[in-house]
Amino acid sequence: MAEKKRLKDLTFWDKIYIPAILNGLALTFKNLLGPKFTLKYPEEKFIPSGSYRGSPVLVVEKNGVERCVACGLCSRVCPALAIEVQAAETENEKERYPEKFEINMLRCIYCGFCEEVCPEEAILMSKEYELAFDNREDGIYGKDKLLKPVEELKDRIEFLRRYK
Amino acid sequence: MSILEIILFTLGKVLVLLTLILLSVSYLVYFERRISAWIQNRLGPNRVGWQGVLQPFADIFKLLLKEDIVPDKANKKIHTLAPIIALFVAFSTYAVIPFGPTVTLFGYSVPLVVADINIGILYVLALSSIGVYAMTLAGWSSGSKYSLLGGIRSSAQMISYEVSMGFSVGGVLLLSQSLRPTEIVLAQSGWMWNAFIQPIGFITFLVASFAETNRLPFDLPEAEPELVGGFHTEYSSMKFAGFFLAEYANMIIASALIVTLYLGGWQLPLIDTFGLPSGIVITLQILGFVLKMGMLLFFFIWIRWTLPRFRYDQLMSLGWKVMFPLSLINLIWVAVLIMVFNI
Repeated sequence: MAEKKRLKDLTFWDKIYIPAILNGLALTFKNLLGPKFTLKYPEEKFIPSGSYRGSPVLVVEKNGVERCVACGLCSRVCPALAIEVQAAETENEKERYPEKFEINMLRCIYCGFCEEVCPEEAILMSKEYELAFDNREDGIYGKDKLLKPVEELKDRIEFLRRYK
Repeated sequence: MSILEIILFTLGKVLVLLTLILLSVSYLVYFERRISAWIQNRLGPNRVGWQGVLQPFADIFKLLLKEDIVPDKANKKIHTLAPIIALFVAFSTYAVIPFGPTVTLFGYSVPLVVADINIGILYVLALSSIGVYAMTLAGWSSGSKYSLLGGIRSSAQMISYEVSMGFSVGGVLLLSQSLRPTEIVLAQSGWMWNAFIQPIGFITFLVASFAETNRLPFDLPEAEPELVGGFHTEYSSMKFAGFFLAEYANMIIASALIVTLYLGGWQLPLIDTFGLPSGIVITLQILGFVLKMGMLLFFFIWIRWTLPRFRYDQLMSLGWKVMFPLSLINLIWVAVLIMVFNI
């Protein structure tokens, strides 16, 4: 193999390495004293921005009615087949509502397709990321766990209106 | 002093020293983890006890409770013997390191060194050479390619660096005219530290001791990315812990040796001018020894998390083409100093 020629010849100080080593030591020492980025997790929690795709939730309007009209598009588009919707009717102005709305969090892949396809802006990706269960039944979230008031989801709605 | 009293005092010193070393070895592991974390902008282990100070005990219990696996193709006797050699060598070397001046205890004058033998430095060099066998045998007896490569690398590395190490020590011996560690320390009274008189020898000895203790940038026998852990790939449970402890014990012995040979041992310059009572002076001197060692140990850890590993051929060419001539130059420099200034 032919010997490769350097673009620039090394000077004496480059060759004895010591200045470079001292430089490196100074850098690591600066980092040693510098700020730390680790969060002490159970005590300090990571607060995600609006662009974060956590677990999907259903939006409840300020008057206490859910936005969902049980069209079933989210269930249709879900690549992991995690969503199950059953529609029912009421006497209200907005007739349809989901009688049963279940998301299996063990199947959900947090792709956000349900949110994207929803015509009513009713299903949104929240900032919730602490999803631990000790049995499979607890992984299936029903309406009791999914409904979230609209005020809690402002960041996400703002993000979607700006970038979607 | 009768024979019985000498034996009692020696046993006492051995017990105290061994406990202190075992403790400091486990805390060295803790500090290595904390400092490496800080250098990488992390926090490191801080959960077990206040700021994680009980982490070493958690580690030891974990290692003790693990299953001890010996591979089918291993030579079982040698496989078991290797970590024992490593630990034995690491701990027995401390015997000749003086950690303080001679003190008067209960009416006896006790030198603060376990064995004040007249060939102390030779003893250290001889034992640290046996340490290579631990790694080579571990690598050979495991019956694994990675381990064998690690073992071969360690023997090649040790042989190349022991040469420059020996020649650098030669400079110290020329000045102190003695192989006895206590006399080498006494020869460096005041600011006459060997690190100032023969800086080249200090640097070559420092680099060689990095290679001898298998620390980065010279940890080729372990080399995780290419050798999966090198000579201790096939070790588990307490046998692995043996190697692990031996590595850190070697670090402590290396820094103690550097302090003794080059940084004036337990001597603190100008301490006599303050007119303190002798008890306080001796305590300060022992603390000074510990402090110097601690700073060197921090340097060892600091270097590890700063520099990348050498390539095998770079290691060899550095050892033979740079370190060896430098240590010879140092030897000549010391000889000229002695001739010209008659120190």
